[in-house]
Amino acid sequence: MITLEKLSKSFGNNVVLKDITTTFPEKQTTVILGPSGSGKSTLLRSLNLLEKPEAGIYTIDDLTIDFSKPVSSKTTLDLRQLTEMVFQSFNLFPHLTVLKNIIEGPVHVLKTPKDKAIQEAKQLLASVGLADKEDAYPAQLSGGQAQRVAIARSLAMHPEYILLDEPTSALDPELELEVLKVLLKIHNENQSMVIVTHNMAFAKQVANKILFIEHGDARYDGPTEGFFNSDDERIKNFIASMTFSI
Amino acid sequence: MWKIITESTPQLIVAGLKYTIPIAVISFVIGLILALIVALTRISQKRGAFSILRWIASFYVWLFRSTPLLVQLFIVYFGLPYLIVPGLFPNGIKLDPYTAGIITFSLNTGAYCAETVRAALLSVPTGQWEAAYAIGMNRSLVLRRIIIPQALRTALPPLSNSFIGLVKDTSLAASITIVEMFEVSQQIAAANYQPLLMYTLVALIYAVFCTVLSWLQKWLEKKSSAYMLPTQGGSNG
Repeated sequence: MITLEKLSKSFGNNVVLKDITTTFPEKQTTVILGPSGSGKSTLLRSLNLLEKPEAGIYTIDDLTIDFSKPVSSKTTLDLRQLTEMVFQSFNLFPHLTVLKNIIEGPVHVLKTPKDKAIQEAKQLLASVGLADKEDAYPAQLSGGQAQRVAIARSLAMHPEYILLDEPTSALDPELELEVLKVLLKIHNENQSMVIVTHNMAFAKQVANKILFIEHGDARYDGPTEGFFNSDDERIKNFIASMTFSI
Repeated sequence: MWKIITESTPQLIVAGLKYTIPIAVISFVIGLILALIVALTRISQKRGAFSILRWIASFYVWLFRSTPLLVQLFIVYFGLPYLIVPGLFPNGIKLDPYTAGIITFSLNTGAYCAETVRAALLSVPTGQWEAAYAIGMNRSLVLRRIIIPQALRTALPPLSNSFIGLVKDTSLAASITIVEMFEVSQQIAAANYQPLLMYTLVALIYAVFCTVLSWLQKWLEKKSSAYMLPTQGGSNG
């Protein structure tokens, strides 16, 4: 379980996160929603220490980080083995084949024997429907395929949590669907996930919990049904603005 | 005339293979290592004592890019013997011409290549750093496995430029008594009074060497860029 207590982050004078206190339950999917610039991506990136909040306490399993003190590089590396990130722009390593992208972390960080890592990578590729792409380079993949490889790459590290930062925002609807299907499958396997997305239909379907962020504040933090049936004007307006209707 | 050409060409090529090319290759390898260290120092964001190292790295690049190579050679070979430091160098620093040449060429080409390598390292998108950090790599692993391999591809054309430049610049070593290819041509010209013929001939041999290097560059570029060329599918999205 991830617990955040009074997490704060600003860029210069711009306060991006204000005293965020919340939890991300394990074996469940938490979806972070909010308008552009609300701080939701910063919050997600903080969970992997790609951003360093100035204050707040972050607990995952028995690891506790107090951001008001300097974070040691060992703590950073330990934490990054518990959480994996999937990016909007995939960020596959272009100079490595699909298979090598996936075994890079297991072999060089976890020190898994190479043949074991390859075997596992092949299974992961099959599970995201890309068994035939292991020797392809990222430049030879469609966006949807690239993102599925990125998901396989993160799963290969056996993280507690997978953090997905707008994983389908760069994709055409058709390609988005193939990625969402893979995410749904992982969700059904009880992988703990935190997803930042703009896709309301997907959020409604997979989220066990919604965290709605506006101007750096957590305006809603609770079950999915409660969010979509909320009486809060701001939330209603947000849902309306994100849903296509004439 | 034909006789002069057939007699002197082998001499020139031997001098080229024995001195010009080895001096250039050794200096370039040392220069590249130096360039990588300097570039990594300069892009590092560490604070404290490290900023002194960054300053030294910038000073070195400035110094060697702002002074003529020929003058650098003269200082190292003719000048350093007069650098008398009691206790440390009581008799000055006397270097044999090859050592002086290789030191100077390495430092000079290292300064130029450092800027090339720095630019290439910075050209790798930050997303690559983030993705590598996210899978738990530390900085040196990220550099070694992810950033440097991609940066080298970008750096290859300008680095080849520097290397080809260096091959020709080794002709300056003639001035510090190294009997490399250009020096041999001067000696032959002094004996047979055919400066136009001899210098044209040596120019042609430099051109042949550099042409071969350009082919090598093209081949390396093709090899190192293979992953950038989609052969199927496409990047739709």
